[in-house]
Amino acid sequence: MLSTALTSQLVNLCAAVLLLLAFAMLAQRRTVALVDLFTAQGVALAISTLVVALNTGHGHMYYSAALTFALKVCALPWILRRLIRRLDVQWEAESRLDITATMIIGLLVVIFAFGLAEPISALATTITRATLGIALAIVLLSFLMMITRRKAISQVIGFLAMENGLFFAASSATYGMPMLIEFGIALDVLVAVFVLGVFFFQIREQFDSLDLHNLESLRDK
Amino acid sequence: MSWSIWGGYSPIDATLVLIGAWLLLGVAGLFAPRNTRFVAHVIFPLGALVGLAMLVNAVVGITAPVETREMLLGLPDLPFHARQDALACVFLALLGGGSFGISLFAAGYFRDGPGAAPGLLGFQYHVFLASMAAVLLADDAYAFMVAWESMALASYFLVVTQHKVPAIQRAGFLYLLIAHIGALAILLSFGILQGGSWHFTFDAMRSASHPAPWASAAFFLALAGFGAKAGLLPLHVWLPEAHPAAPSPVSALLSGVMLKMAVYGTLRVALDLIGEPLWWWGLVTLGLGLGTALFGVVFAAVQTDMKRLLAYSSIENLGIAFSGAGLTLMFRGFGLDTLAAIALLATLYHCLNHACFKSLLFLATGSVLHATGERNLGKLGGLIHHMPWVAGLALIGTLALAGLPPLNGFVSEWLLLQVFLFTASVPQPFIDMFVPLGAALLALITALSAYVMVKFYGVIFLGRPREPALDKARDPGGLERLGLAWFALACVLLGVLPVVVLRFLEIVSAQLLGATLGDRLDSWWLLSPISAERAAYGPIVFLLGLVAVVVVAALVVRRYYHAGVRRGPAWDCGFGRLDSRMQDTAEGFGQPIRRIFAPFFVITRIVPSPSDTSPVYAVQIDDPFWGWLYRPIDRTVQGLAALVSRLQRGRISTYLLYSFLTLIGLLVLVL
Repeated sequence: MLSTALTSQLVNLCAAVLLLLAFAMLAQRRTVALVDLFTAQGVALAISTLVVALNTGHGHMYYSAALTFALKVCALPWILRRLIRRLDVQWEAESRLDITATMIIGLLVVIFAFGLAEPISALATTITRATLGIALAIVLLSFLMMITRRKAISQVIGFLAMENGLFFAASSATYGMPMLIEFGIALDVLVAVFVLGVFFFQIREQFDSLDLHNLESLRDK
Repeated sequence: MSWSIWGGYSPIDATLVLIGAWLLLGVAGLFAPRNTRFVAHVIFPLGALVGLAMLVNAVVGITAPVETREMLLGLPDLPFHARQDALACVFLALLGGGSFGISLFAAGYFRDGPGAAPGLLGFQYHVFLASMAAVLLADDAYAFMVAWESMALASYFLVVTQHKVPAIQRAGFLYLLIAHIGALAILLSFGILQGGSWHFTFDAMRSASHPAPWASAAFFLALAGFGAKAGLLPLHVWLPEAHPAAPSPVSALLSGVMLKMAVYGTLRVALDLIGEPLWWWGLVTLGLGLGTALFGVVFAAVQTDMKRLLAYSSIENLGIAFSGAGLTLMFRGFGLDTLAAIALLATLYHCLNHACFKSLLFLATGSVLHATGERNLGKLGGLIHHMPWVAGLALIGTLALAGLPPLNGFVSEWLLLQVFLFTASVPQPFIDMFVPLGAALLALITALSAYVMVKFYGVIFLGRPREPALDKARDPGGLERLGLAWFALACVLLGVLPVVVLRFLEIVSAQLLGATLGDRLDSWWLLSPISAERAAYGPIVFLLGLVAVVVVAALVVRRYYHAGVRRGPAWDCGFGRLDSRMQDTAEGFGQPIRRIFAPFFVITRIVPSPSDTSPVYAVQIDDPFWGWLYRPIDRTVQGLAALVSRLQRGRISTYLLYSFLTLIGLLVLVL
C-alpha cells in the first residue's frame, strides 16, 4: 500500500509525463518516432494505473494496469512497427506541418481543457481528481494531432493516443471503468488497428502512397 | 361441438403448429436450392396441404372462444404474445384458402430459369406465408412489427425474383421504400396507443384510455401505415409496379392475400385496440376508399399490360374494402351498431371475395404468360380455343370481379350498397346527403370494373389471335388447373351460399361490435340484411332461374332452328376480309374512358411528323401522383442533399475538424 500523498505525487508525475508526450507527438514529424512516443505513453499510463491500484487496493485496477501494459506497451506498438516495416515507410515524415502554429493551438486547447475540468474535478472524490484536466487535454491534443496529419499511420496513432487520454480520464475521475467495458474497449482498439492495417495496404495499392490527400479524389462531384 | 377425440386440441395451438410447419418446409427447400423437381413436387404441395389445414382450422376456430398464448420466442422479458379471435380467424381462413390454391398452382408453375433458385424461392414463399399468419396472431406491438416486417421483406425478395432486370429492381426498391414508410407510421401509432403505460401488449392498449386527439393521431397514423400496404391513395404507386414484376403466383399472393393484412390491421387498430372510433374517422376513410377505388378502376381501364390491369383493379377493390371499413367506423361512431355490423360483414366478405377472384385471375395470367410469353394485351387474343380450361375458369373469376350475380363479387357489393342506401338514421344531416353520393360512386365503380373485366377477358381470350405464335399456346398441367379450379369453386360457393358465410362472419361483429344480424340470417337461401320487405337476394333462386333460361333457350333453338352448326372466324360478320389486326385493341377499348376521365391521367402522345417514313404512334399514360407528390419530395430531398454535400470535402482532416469543433462546441455548452 502506498501512502496517499505519495500516490498523488506519482500520479501527477505520470500525468505530467503524459501531457508532455502528447505535445511531443503533436510536434513529431517522423512516423517511427511517433510509435516510440506512443509506447512511452502506454508505459506512463500503466504505471499510473498501477500506482492507483496499489493505493486503493481495487482488484480490477491491477487487471486494468496489466491489460494496459500488455496492449499498449507490447501488442499495439509491435503491430504498428511491423506494419511500418511491411509497408516500408520507416523513413516517412510529415511534410507541410506548421509546428509552431500547432503548438500554439495546442496550448489554447490545454487551457480550455483545464477550464472545463475545473467544476468536474471539484465534484470527484478520487485522489487523482486533479489530473482530469490533463486527461481531457490529452484527448483534445490527440484529436488535434489527427487533424493536422496527412499520413494514414500517424492518424491511427493519434486515434490510439486519444483512447489513452480517455482511459486516463476514466481512471482519474472514477478509478477506471467497469471491467467489462474496459475489456470491450481494449478489444475494439485492437480490432480497429487490424482493420486499419488492412486499409493501409488497400490505400497504398490504390494510390501508391499512404498520403491521405489522395482520398480527396473520391468525393462526389 | 366436442373435441374429446382430439385430446388437447385448441385452434390457436394448431395455428402455431401450422406456422411452424410452413417455416420448416421453407427451410427444407434450402437444402436443395437448385433442385426444381424436389421443390416443386414436394415442398409446394406440402405447403398447400398446410394451407388447407389452416383454412379448416380457422373455420373451426371462428366458433371457438378467444384464446391467448405467451410464446417462448422473443427477447428476454419481452415474449411474443399470440391471440386468436374471430377476426383473426376470418383472415387466417383467407390466408389458408388462398395459399392452398396458389401453392398448388405454384407447384406446377415454377421451373428452371433465370432468377432466384427455386429452393430459395420456396423459402421466401413459405416465410412470407408464415409471417402473414404471425401478423394475424400477434397480440403485442413487438410481435406484430416483427411479423409485419418479415412479411414485407419476404415479399420484397419474392418481387425481385428476376433481380437482374433493372425495371424489377426499381419496382422492388419502390415497394420496399413505401413498405418502410408504412411500417414507420404503424410503429408510431402503436407508440401512441400504449397511452403512457409503456406496455406494448395489445391488452394494455385495449385497457388504456385514449383522449380524442391522441386516438385520432393513432388512427390516422395506422391508416397511413396500413393504407400504404393496401395501395390507398396517395401511397399506391408501388402496387402497379411490384405486382407485375413478381412471378404470377407471387402476384396472386400479394394481391389476393397480403393486401388484406392491411384491412385486418386497420380493423384491429380501430375497432379493437382503440375500441371507440369517432364518426369522422369513418367519413375520411370512406372518402379515401372511394377515391382510391375510382382511381384504381379508371386506371385499370386504360392499361395494356394484363398484370398491371389486375394490379390497378386490386387498388380498386381495396378501395372498396376500405370504404366498407369507413362505413363501419362511421356507424360505430354514431352508435348504430347494427348498421356497423352489416358494413363490417360487407368489408370482410369483400376481402374474401377479392382473395378468390383476384388470385384466380393473376394465376390465369401466369398460365397465359407461360403459354405465350406475352403480357401485353396487344399481342394476345383468341386464347379460348387453345386454352379452354384457363379460359373457362378465368371467365368465372372475371364475372365474379365484375360483380355479376350469382357469383361472389355481387354479394359484397350489394351488401355495401344496402348499407349506403339505408343511412337515413345518421344524426348528421350533411352526411345523409353525402352518403347517397357515395352509393352512386360505388355503383359507378362497380360498372366500370365490369367494363374493365370485359376488356380483360375479351382481349385475351376472345376474338382472333393477334400474333401467329399464339396458335401454339396450350393449357397448363393438372396441378395448375387444380389451383385455378379451387378459386373458381370458391367464387361460386361464396356467391351461392352467402348466408352460410355470413353466419360465420357474424361472430366477428359480435366480438368486436357486440352486434349481430340476429334473425335476419335465419333463412339459409334468402339474404335480407335490413329487412325482407326492403331488399332480399336469393342467389340460388337466381342461379336456378339462370340455368332454366339457358336450358329453355337451348332447347328452343334446337327445336326450331334446323340449320347445322357452322364454325367461322370470330367477328367475321359474314364479310371475309377482316383480319386480326382490325379487331378492337386494348387501347381502343379503353379509349372512351381515357377521354371521359382525362383529368385523371397524365397523357403523353407520340404523334409522328407527316414526312416520317416509319411512323410510330403511341400514347403513354402516367400517374399524376408522381408529379403531384413524389417528384416534389424528390426534388426537395435532392436540393437539401446538394446543400449538405458542400460539407463533403473529401479530406479526412476536414472531417476530423468538424468533429473536433462540434466536441469543443458541446463542451462549451455544458460549461
